[in-house]
Amino acid sequence: MNVTDTGARAAEAPRRSFLRRSIAHLEGPQTMGSGGAFWVVIGLAVLAAALYPAFADAWTVGNAAYFMVWTFMAMGLSLIWGYAGALSFGQTAFFGLAGYAYGVLTINIGSAYGFTIIALLLSVGLAGIFALVIGYFMFYGRISGVFVGIVTLSVTLVFETFMAQTAGPQWRIGSARLNGFNGMSGMPPLTIPWPGGELVLYPGPSLYYVLLALVVICYLGLRILLNSGFGNVLVAIRENPHRAEMLGYDIRLYQMLAFGLGGALAGLSGALYTAWGQYITPSSMGLTSAALPIIWVAVGGRRDITATLFGTLLVLTVFQTLTIYGSQYALVAMGALLLVTVLVAPQGLVVLAMKGIGKLVGRGRS
Amino acid sequence: MTALLEVVGLRKAFGGVTVADGIDFQLPTGAMHCLIGPNGAGKSSFFRLILGEHAPDAGTIYFAGEEIVALRSFERIRRGISVKFQVPGIFKELSVRQNLEVAFQYHLHGHSLAGTVKAMLEFANLDGEAATPAGALSHGQQQWLEIAMAVGVEPRLLLLDEPTAGMSPDETRKTGEMLHDLNGRGITILAVEHDMAFVEQIAHRVTVLHFGSIFAEGSIAEIIDHPGVQEIYLGASDE
Repeated sequence: MNVTDTGARAAEAPRRSFLRRSIAHLEGPQTMGSGGAFWVVIGLAVLAAALYPAFADAWTVGNAAYFMVWTFMAMGLSLIWGYAGALSFGQTAFFGLAGYAYGVLTINIGSAYGFTIIALLLSVGLAGIFALVIGYFMFYGRISGVFVGIVTLSVTLVFETFMAQTAGPQWRIGSARLNGFNGMSGMPPLTIPWPGGELVLYPGPSLYYVLLALVVICYLGLRILLNSGFGNVLVAIRENPHRAEMLGYDIRLYQMLAFGLGGALAGLSGALYTAWGQYITPSSMGLTSAALPIIWVAVGGRRDITATLFGTLLVLTVFQTLTIYGSQYALVAMGALLLVTVLVAPQGLVVLAMKGIGKLVGRGRS
Repeated sequence: MTALLEVVGLRKAFGGVTVADGIDFQLPTGAMHCLIGPNGAGKSSFFRLILGEHAPDAGTIYFAGEEIVALRSFERIRRGISVKFQVPGIFKELSVRQNLEVAFQYHLHGHSLAGTVKAMLEFANLDGEAATPAGALSHGQQQWLEIAMAVGVEPRLLLLDEPTAGMSPDETRKTGEMLHDLNGRGITILAVEHDMAFVEQIAHRVTVLHFGSIFAEGSIAEIIDHPGVQEIYLGASDE
């Protein structure tokens, strides 16, 4: 047997820069897609998205921005559920918390000096910290399996119920009225200080480009994270938590951190949603809202971040089209889509398609 | 030799079933020791107590002079204990290479990690299966993969729960040779085993557990000749 002299090798090994290591982790065993052809396709998709506002009216572009708002919550759920193996049914709790936090902060302080950006960061941070606290009690309390779903669903329903009864004038934080079931409104959109005047990001091309940049950054960042040692351990915990612990990993810590990051991403969606529409209501934390991210992620493919991203955008587009042309059937169709996915392609429809394309490309080369 | 592992008065009961009944046990540094005994003797429970999967009702455990009984499982592992389970404890949906990377990456990084993974692929004779999902390997290959996962970072103490279960005679012999090799490198080994031929091949000393207590302890020759052991285990084995 040739067991390595680890100390000597570690000393000899050239220390690669953080940036080089990060770029190397863009591809890896935990994410589908690699090689020049894959990145050309991704690049073309981003280019097409960047050119889209030139060929669409401002309302449609704002609508596309709305779709992108949700992708952060979906990618966070993929991290928690698909990679770490803990089905959270309550990502909307973090979504709503950050949404309300953004509203309260910006209504009280306003949008001058770029404060909306600070409010966005604070809201996301608050959602992340709250997720860490919930995650701490769940995972350090050895809650697992279906009980994670029950606890998280309970949290979001408690939030919804609480916020729905904050209708009276006594329910205010500073000058921000919570407004009960009708929700908060009147908060400013994201506003960026800009030479010659502030750049106000109303739903339209400017917000669209900011969101597109955020989606690309989060997507690439998550690919790097998932292909790093952290991602490997998350997947190992999903596959066999007992064995992972017996390799020296504190699995509770890893699960809690993944849950915290997923909660922060849901919070990013919530704060951006509030900034996009300038309103937030308790129903955004209700049962229907809590179920939808699960459908997006399951249909796309929960165990792959690329499939989750594109699957979410696809399902949201279909859902909104159905809502416009047959609103009473849209949710039924979503339920049917989930059922079909679970029965026909439990890995996810986008994963199935990506594997099919991969096989075709492989055959073409041979 | 000083004791690497020392168990003092260890007691554990599940309801009316006592799986450890005041066990006192010392494992010297560098030893290669086997635990044998009939089914239900408490061998696997003894491992679980050492690993921290069960908290003892009484007694304590020292590893390298440090009391570890209050530590969680992963903390004990980080102190240099490694384990191979009877049922292969691998990550079936991950590739063979990923299994090894996860097993070593807590201790190794970069080139050290890549080099050790490569060495362990060769060691386990799995270098042609690096990209294969571990769940698609044969039972014997899964056993070897887990052994490679357990020994790649050279633990101070290697716990093996029936390491040759499901292996062919040739694989069993090779496993014995491999354990001698590891022991020669300074790794202390404690194995639960039923195959007495294998025990004869590897063990410096043998401990017989019976109803959660140490029934006998000695060299393999002393254990085989022990009339009580003959009666409870060797002569009338139900394995």
